[in-house]
Amino acid sequence: MHRALAIVERELRRFRRSPMLIVMSMIFPLLQLIVLGYAFGGNVKHLKLAVVDQDHGVPAVRIRELAGAVSAGARTLDIIEYVDPGEALSDLRNGVVNGVLEIPPDFSRRALTDQQPRVALISDNTDTFVSATLAGTVNSLVGAFNAPVTVQRVESVATLDVVEVYPYVPYIQYLLPGSITMSIFMMVMIGGGIIFIDDKARGLHEGYLVTPITKLELVAGFNISGTIKAVLAGAVITVLGSLIAGVPNPLDPIRLLRMLLVISLTSFALISLMFLLMVRVTDPLLPRATFGVLNTVLYFPSGAVYPQAGFPGWMQAIAVVDPFTYAVHAFKSLLLKNTGFGAIGYDLLFLTLFSAIAMTAATALFKRTL
Amino acid sequence: MTAAIEVRDIVKKFGDFTAVDHINFTVQAGEIFGLLGPNGAGKSTLIRMMVTLLPPTSGTVLINGFDVTKQSDDVRRSIGVIPQAMTSDLELSVEENLLIFAKLYGVPRDTRTRLIRELLEAVELTQWADKPVKNLSGGMRRRVEIARGLVHEPRVFFLDEPTTGLDPVSRTAVWTMLQRIKSQRDLTVLITTHYMDEADKLADRIAIVDHGKLVALDTPRALKASIPGRAADTVTLDDVFVHYTGHDLRDALQAPSAMDSPFVMRR
Repeated sequence: MHRALAIVERELRRFRRSPMLIVMSMIFPLLQLIVLGYAFGGNVKHLKLAVVDQDHGVPAVRIRELAGAVSAGARTLDIIEYVDPGEALSDLRNGVVNGVLEIPPDFSRRALTDQQPRVALISDNTDTFVSATLAGTVNSLVGAFNAPVTVQRVESVATLDVVEVYPYVPYIQYLLPGSITMSIFMMVMIGGGIIFIDDKARGLHEGYLVTPITKLELVAGFNISGTIKAVLAGAVITVLGSLIAGVPNPLDPIRLLRMLLVISLTSFALISLMFLLMVRVTDPLLPRATFGVLNTVLYFPSGAVYPQAGFPGWMQAIAVVDPFTYAVHAFKSLLLKNTGFGAIGYDLLFLTLFSAIAMTAATALFKRTL
Repeated sequence: MTAAIEVRDIVKKFGDFTAVDHINFTVQAGEIFGLLGPNGAGKSTLIRMMVTLLPPTSGTVLINGFDVTKQSDDVRRSIGVIPQAMTSDLELSVEENLLIFAKLYGVPRDTRTRLIRELLEAVELTQWADKPVKNLSGGMRRRVEIARGLVHEPRVFFLDEPTTGLDPVSRTAVWTMLQRIKSQRDLTVLITTHYMDEADKLADRIAIVDHGKLVALDTPRALKASIPGRAADTVTLDDVFVHYTGHDLRDALQAPSAMDSPFVMRR
């Protein structure tokens, strides 16, 4: 085993002289965390709603006043009055407004005679986020219009109380587990895969193959040193990312220790995967070309940015065998829910088995000769 | 004298192509043995089989009595190798390169420290011990590799074109160093080279390989004397080389090398 440790020592000495490596492995995940976290985590505001009142009766005015209240308060809407519905529709198609609220000429008459008064929301559904927000807001507005003037002391209809078990989790915190996993992966690919193949192309491995080192010692040495580097990257981004994302008690020592275990297991699983993929590769172009592909195939199906329940079947199938899935789930449990190992037992088991299988296969495929 | 290297009817085929074709020779302990041949003759393939980097298709190679296919680890423990490419770790210092290899060979800690110190003195790199190899010249890097190849006190030392790409002063320094080291140690040296003057001056015997076959094997003096129609003292080793391998250019296709990739850093 001393020869494996010599390889570990060699790799870590080289790593120590490449501080940019750890910085590069963290910059992209941190940037992604901040940009995506704030890009997707906010509430949609100042949507331009064209209001065409063809009625002008008291109920129609009430609708317009309710829309004005939303505009003045939550600022979800910016109201623009239109006289001509054709012009409003034209502006909708040209992107000048995001939706058109049309109050038909018979609205007030129907409202006062309880004959199913209707208003129409015409929205630009090429942007589903915007159209969903508009529909929700106008729906609430119509609900407020329909609310009885006199409120009963005791409700006679069923109501829903939503209770949140955990404190509010902004989207940037939701993204953090994926960013930690991404950082580990980037270190594994750059500091493990790319450098390994570059060394092979330079003939560096010949120098080691003529020593008495065994296949297992060589593979173990590379995997252990790759794991150590990836653990460093994962640990740094855990702390930095937690501070940036505002995770409560970011330096809780018990949670950090649990995180460290999962980071270590994830690192070993990903370096084993990298080694298995690169073990017979000689062209330095290949790891660079596959880096982006792997990144996408592993990261997005893992549930890091969107719940897996919303994925199509083929993507859910990828998620089942994707080590990112289990790492992200484990990190989410520890970071966002502060659970113990009981909640992530299956994740730990998968990552351990995955590492064992990948490392065994990589060792079997590794060529001891040229 | 016991044989340090015995090559018996060795063959290496890559598909239909025979790179090494039934070669036989023996290198005695303590010899400096030169292996010459045109580009693509099979020299590097031959040396790679001897140092366990390539398995032979057929035949036997014994290094210090150990079979390269059946007793590979014993062979590796008893040999030092300088491959054709520069294989020292550029980010590590001179001393660190030696240290890692000493650990790979299981050299005990107290012996390791002494050996590294002695080898740095032998290759005249003591004052550069803590400098990264990437900051050294080509000749200095080669000396690092020579020291690295000897850190475990091998009995046979293989060098594959060790002075290619070096300027004449560096080449001379490397050869002088090798001779000095050899005189201080019980060492057998097998070297491939394109520099006839080096092989002429330094090798005890020379083998010439062409198209995978051994075409000549003798002392430099005897090889020069074997050229018909000329006095031996007027013949150079270049003449011997051309006599045995011919005048034709050896144009040939070869498999693309990963070193040709634009992504490989050249330092």
